[in-house]
Amino acid sequence: MTGHRFRWSRFWAYALLLLGTVFYLGPFLWQLRSSILPLSGVFAYPVVWWPEEPQWKNYLDIFAIIPFGTYYFNTVFLVVWNIVGTLISNVCIAFALARIPFKGRNVLFALSIGTLMIPTAVTMIPTYIEWSWLGGLNSFWPLIVPSFFGNAFFIFLLVQFFRSIPREYDEAAFVDGAGYPQILLKLIVPMAQPAIAVVVIFTFLNTWNDFMGPLFYLNDSKLFTLALGLKSLLSSYNSYWHLLMAGATLVSLPLIIVFFFAQKSFIEGLTAGGIKG
Amino acid sequence: MTFRKDSLWGWLFCLPLALGLTIWVAFPLGVAVVMSLFQWNMISPAVFIGLGNFDFMFFKDHLFWNSLWVMFYYTLLSVPLQLVTAFGLALMLNTKVKGMGVFRTIFYLPSLIPVIVSTALWMWLFNPQYGLFNLFLDAVGLPTQEWLTNPDMVIPSLVLMSLWSVGNIVIIFLAGLQGIPKELEEAVTVDGGGAWHRLRHVILPFMSPVIFYNLVMGVIAGLQIFTQPYIMTNGGPANASLTYVLHLYKQAFQFSKMGYANALALILLILTMVLSLIVFKSSNRWVYYEGDKK
Repeated sequence: MTGHRFRWSRFWAYALLLLGTVFYLGPFLWQLRSSILPLSGVFAYPVVWWPEEPQWKNYLDIFAIIPFGTYYFNTVFLVVWNIVGTLISNVCIAFALARIPFKGRNVLFALSIGTLMIPTAVTMIPTYIEWSWLGGLNSFWPLIVPSFFGNAFFIFLLVQFFRSIPREYDEAAFVDGAGYPQILLKLIVPMAQPAIAVVVIFTFLNTWNDFMGPLFYLNDSKLFTLALGLKSLLSSYNSYWHLLMAGATLVSLPLIIVFFFAQKSFIEGLTAGGIKG
Repeated sequence: MTFRKDSLWGWLFCLPLALGLTIWVAFPLGVAVVMSLFQWNMISPAVFIGLGNFDFMFFKDHLFWNSLWVMFYYTLLSVPLQLVTAFGLALMLNTKVKGMGVFRTIFYLPSLIPVIVSTALWMWLFNPQYGLFNLFLDAVGLPTQEWLTNPDMVIPSLVLMSLWSVGNIVIIFLAGLQGIPKELEEAVTVDGGGAWHRLRHVILPFMSPVIFYNLVMGVIAGLQIFTQPYIMTNGGPANASLTYVLHLYKQAFQFSKMGYANALALILLILTMVLSLIVFKSSNRWVYYEGDKK
């Protein structure tokens, strides 16, 4: 590679990256700009590209016009329970599939992977009917209980990780008189911290972002999550774009904070399926 | 450890999975099959109508055919463009320039935020009078667009929006690109091959399993698009963005036609399987796995 060519490729890389940045960052700047404008500024002509005096109180006004605090609480409540359910179920399932030789193991694993090919939209209506028979409509139950039954993607991810832990550890523990529960809790779980972190973060992300689940099951506005709250804000304040954008920012903020602290786990989780698959 | 004890522990730990597959997969699929033969509004008793729902779907419900077309149109337009965009971004992000961490974060952020947030934001960007896009077009002297109100524009607009949130695909591509052995790329360069050669004969073959994975996942997601048209247009204008799942949702929750909604769900399952099968079948023509003969 000559020095000359290298510099050109660098120039083009920067040029393209900056062009991409305009498209990917631009909407966020527009969101921020709109969220700190007064209502009159949103509809001003000629356009106000950036407010001279940011109106930060829009962010407080949100809490006054809709029970945003309640929505935060409900969302966090669902996130916590989903993490509990997802962790308990998937760690146990993946441990058995990766470490315990038993009849039917391969069939179970294959069936679990197979469910990845079934679109969620197919089972949503019959599952809704099932919950109506169980009397669980308009409650948090349908949004929590399924997490206790394992998730194909997480099972796959954890099985891959557990398999990479050398078997000699298990055998040594067996000799010392440990049973499967001890091996799982004292050996595998501590060694699988990185994979478990991925599961926790993606459960957080999926629950926080879920829109269809709450849309189907929650009617009472006291039970609304942030996603549903933002939707109701969209329909009742449909031209108050300064408030809508402030609300949208408030809904995303916790995710962005978590992302900054856990970037590595995010990337591991996303790439687990694509590369090793 | 005896075999029986292994078996006991294995099934005990897998109990949630076995129950879950029964309660949340097999049972709902069974319910869907049975209820698709009934007319039922969830209040009055269900009435058995045989294949009546399917008869209605294929021969009387023109919105079914319309939504099928919208679904395929959206998927066929969005998935290839998403893959190309994400691949391009991944190639860019794989170059060694300063500040790459910042660029990666910028390109990933749109995929991180909830769909409802990006949908609200893009509704505002698409606003005909005060939205960023039309203000920008106006400022540079180009004609403004009816992004969501013109039946011919609405799907391309949704596709454009989907290109904004390709961050997940980019990260998967990026990880794949980083797995390409440096020696391979260097070998092509030494042989006098340019960037195109490197892309065509090293990068693309090496990346084909990753492209395949993203293609399958993209198609399955594309066929199910719901939230964006539901919030932005509710299927309009003139049903031009009435996607299949939105049609299904409306039948179930707006018109309380639960039997019919289940019939629609079953057809979606069959369509997804057929399409996945086609993609899988085609894969041995263009997907290379390491260790295979080239």
